[in-house]
Amino acid sequence: MEDLKLIVAPSPHVRDTDSTEKIMLTVLIALLPVLGASIYLFRWDAVRLVLLSAAAAVATEAIFQRFRNKPISIGDGSALVTGVLLGLIVPPSLPSWMVILGSAFAIAIGKQVFGGLGQNPFNPALVGRAFLTASFASAMTSWTAPFDAVSTATPLVLGAARSNLPNLFFGAVAGSLGETSALAILVGGIYLFYKGALDYRIPVGILGTVVVMSLITGQDPVFHLLAGSVLFGAVFMATDPVTSPVTVRGRWIFGIGVGLIIMLIRVWGSYPDGVTFAILLMNAVTPLLNRWTRPRIYGQGVKANE
Amino acid sequence: MRRVKSFFGGIYPDDSKKSTAEAPIEVLQAPQTLVVSLLQHAGGEATPVVTKGDEILKGQLLAQANGAVSAPIHSPVSGTVVAIEPRAHACGSSVTAIVIENNGEDNWVEKNGHPDPVQLDAATIRQRIQEAGIVGMGGGGFPTALKLNPPKNTTIDYLIINGCECEPYLTADHRLMVEYPEEIILGAKLMAKASGAKRIIIGVEDNKPDAYEALKGHAGAIDVVSLPTKYPEGGEKQLIQALTGREVPSSGLPFQAGAIVQNVATAWAVAKALRDGEPSITRVVTVTGKPVVEPKNLLVSIGTPIENLLEAAGGFNGAVGKVVIGGPMMGGAQFNLEAPICKTLSGVVAFREEESATPAVLPCIKCARCVDVCPANLLPLRLEAFGMNEMWDEAQDYGALDCIECGCCTYICPSKRPLLQYIRLAKQEIIAKQKKPS
Repeated sequence: MEDLKLIVAPSPHVRDTDSTEKIMLTVLIALLPVLGASIYLFRWDAVRLVLLSAAAAVATEAIFQRFRNKPISIGDGSALVTGVLLGLIVPPSLPSWMVILGSAFAIAIGKQVFGGLGQNPFNPALVGRAFLTASFASAMTSWTAPFDAVSTATPLVLGAARSNLPNLFFGAVAGSLGETSALAILVGGIYLFYKGALDYRIPVGILGTVVVMSLITGQDPVFHLLAGSVLFGAVFMATDPVTSPVTVRGRWIFGIGVGLIIMLIRVWGSYPDGVTFAILLMNAVTPLLNRWTRPRIYGQGVKANE
Repeated sequence: MRRVKSFFGGIYPDDSKKSTAEAPIEVLQAPQTLVVSLLQHAGGEATPVVTKGDEILKGQLLAQANGAVSAPIHSPVSGTVVAIEPRAHACGSSVTAIVIENNGEDNWVEKNGHPDPVQLDAATIRQRIQEAGIVGMGGGGFPTALKLNPPKNTTIDYLIINGCECEPYLTADHRLMVEYPEEIILGAKLMAKASGAKRIIIGVEDNKPDAYEALKGHAGAIDVVSLPTKYPEGGEKQLIQALTGREVPSSGLPFQAGAIVQNVATAWAVAKALRDGEPSITRVVTVTGKPVVEPKNLLVSIGTPIENLLEAAGGFNGAVGKVVIGGPMMGGAQFNLEAPICKTLSGVVAFREEESATPAVLPCIKCARCVDVCPANLLPLRLEAFGMNEMWDEAQDYGALDCIECGCCTYICPSKRPLLQYIRLAKQEIIAKQKKPS
């Protein structure tokens, strides 16, 4: 027992085996079915846009941190996740330089200027998409049909009556690369939930509200669930932990709020979809939701037994 | 089996109890030299009543309680007092201890037992518990007699006997329940009488079915409840919530929820004190961890240095990184093996070098796992940020003082952030500020 060099550290002395890197990897794995579906549907455009977006995001993060003399943290996988997510939410025909620019913007302005991982108030991938939509409105709304890349309109523009629900479910419709196949998104979402990397309250809040609002406004709820970015946004975007509330009640309110704004924009607004702005708006109120929905602490407000 | 409510949050760590769960309690011979600390309880250091050179008997009073919150200390062996001086203590600093040279003869003082102690009246039971130096053996170290004597006009609906042992690795309470159920039940009955509690409930986590059955076999009318295995099920406030649905008021004490919680080892010590007339001079300690050659449950004399326990367990195999006294969730890491066993210490857990490294810390991604697991229903990530930024008022407003320091937040954090450390810092600063007149 001689010559022991013991480490003194505060308790607890055991830690969970999960890590932030593993969570990022889990998200990437959950995106594989979506990626597969988008490659199947949109062929080389999917490969081109997702790869360029991912590479640009990682490179931007590294360059930004290099110039700020900060440790380069691309190994945590968060920039890669942002890049892949952005690549999956742009139209298949988007020019390569645009997705590179959008991805660089997402990381630089959407994330790094706030201090990097964990500090950004808005979902970086959606910041990138909003930037691209505002800058290149026509390229961001030019849609092509799957398989043959012929120009066409999205189901949201066509409307429920002229859309084929099985096609919407499997994804054989025009739309952003990763957003058309509801099936692939659901598979990824179930995997995320199973791995404990997804809080069900946010997607359930969003999808439930979309259904209720569709019924109230006399629209087809199934169509609204399957068309556009609703499913992808509910599963992969709104659930970004950094930009969503930390409390249970906050998450319900967040999800319901996103669902409400989506339907407000879709029914009365001038954008056909509205998911991007709905999530970004709710990101903006997340700090307030955290403050307003603090849980009741054990023993507070409890009277002594007499 | 009746359905039990649970408590807020909690975690499910690997319980790592296999290597000692089946190991019967072995008696460890008291060593040649014992270091009996004067601080083995919550409150003031006990005051020595012996001096250097005194010949003493086993069970003889060495030090008396110093103030209302304190406890007397007795000699675990017969022998000679060779020193009264500061010695290593499990808390990390030095505390005055009475050092005893063991003469190996085990000459007892006259024991004042009672064949049927339940016949004694409440005040006498409390007095004997106090005189025997019994304190909360689950780790809290609060003097048991004091806990059994709540303020007048308080109704105690429940005496809860805590057999959860929710800390990973530890099996000392588990073995005690399997091997000494009769004593635990007797201790529970004595404490119920002493406190006037209307009901006794014994809570056992469901990873110890043999302990549950053993207690059930002797329980009679006493309620033995199997609880889901979840840390910190054995936290005083959490156990009250799980078993009674009640909460202890913020900054209050359990009696305000009509409950008193006592550990199974305390109940065992109470039975030994009142029936056999033996003061609190031994306890069961689990010696375990991957580097320990032969993990064991040992019945140890108070004052035995942990080095002796580790030797009895065959010593180490391979590089050791950390040695923790207590459980791995709340215990203290030692810088050497000199600290002696106190009444409150139920485990010595060693970790391999590779298990002991402090992980690299990443930024908080606000995943809120710490929020989900916090049994006090706090927002640990906010408290950590307040602690880092020295925002003590905000930390207080967010309930830092309601933190029970269970460590669930730090355990679960995927970014490996030291949340509890910053919350402890905030608590210290808030308490220091409250004490300072402004």
